[in-house]
Amino acid sequence: MKKTLVPILAVIVVLAVVGRRASRDWNPVKVPGAKQSDNRRLAPDFSLPDVSGHTLSLSSYRGKVILLDFWATWCDPCREEIPRFIELQNKYGERGLQIIGISMDDSPQPVRDFYHEFKMNYPVALGGAKTGDLYGGVLGLPIAFVIDREGRICTKHIGATDISVFEREITAML
Amino acid sequence: MRTVAALILSCTFALAADAHPGNASASIPTDALIQPEELARTVQPEKSTKPLILQVGSNVLFAQAHIPGSEYAGAASTESGRQQLHTRVERLPRNKFIVLYCGCCPWNHCPNVNPAYQELRAMGFTKVKVLYIANNFGADWVDKGYPVAKGE
Repeated sequence: MKKTLVPILAVIVVLAVVGRRASRDWNPVKVPGAKQSDNRRLAPDFSLPDVSGHTLSLSSYRGKVILLDFWATWCDPCREEIPRFIELQNKYGERGLQIIGISMDDSPQPVRDFYHEFKMNYPVALGGAKTGDLYGGVLGLPIAFVIDREGRICTKHIGATDISVFEREITAML
Repeated sequence: MRTVAALILSCTFALAADAHPGNASASIPTDALIQPEELARTVQPEKSTKPLILQVGSNVLFAQAHIPGSEYAGAASTESGRQQLHTRVERLPRNKFIVLYCGCCPWNHCPNVNPAYQELRAMGFTKVKVLYIANNFGADWVDKGYPVAKGE
């Protein structure tokens, strides 16, 4: 009896832990969830300083598929997404993907440090409350927008989102 | 039987550790939490006795939207933020009713509320509540239609 019970319990343990992780990874996508933009409004343009002090304008990337990621260095789910975004940029950059990060940190230095430490391969601008307001309020992080080649917002993702979701949406437009 | 017991114990630890990755918001006692609906009633203009409400997260998020009457008290995940919080409350009576909130991230990922709560408890404050925000301030407060103010 004992010999039968041990392997069964071991399977239950593994399934419980794996299942919980899987559910955690997907949960933020559903709650509040990715929202398909109803009428695909134009993504509001902005000009912001990037981590190197240059000006970054969204409109200068018109013609590319854009993943606009609002994040912060202190936000764990945001940090977990960054290496996957780097991979996406590597994989699809030549086909027209441009990831743009908007940091919502209160000060620029942690962003600069993070940018270099993680060897980020896409531009990061230093955002603020006004930038958040432009996009309907960034009142929780991360929030990401997928923008088509015409500059229209296609989807909005609130919370950490599985990278396969982004990849599916992006490749459909490349 | 000992093997079975050990397995059950390790399962419990694995699940508990997984529930709180990298922070300890969930270690805040349940009786120290206040739900958004309850706090929203407390901040109604006609209420004469209101708690001191302190936002202990991001200043950028605070500037976009915050609870009316609340104050920005520094990001408690940082040493400078905890110092700012300490300075704000140090002269208050230790039975002052204080509500802390952040809402930057889902509850289990918030880096700020637990350090802020621990700071006030260590200072001897006895009536400290933490606003339970499951997802973020936008989804769990603003989108619910609770009162909001803008600006720093």
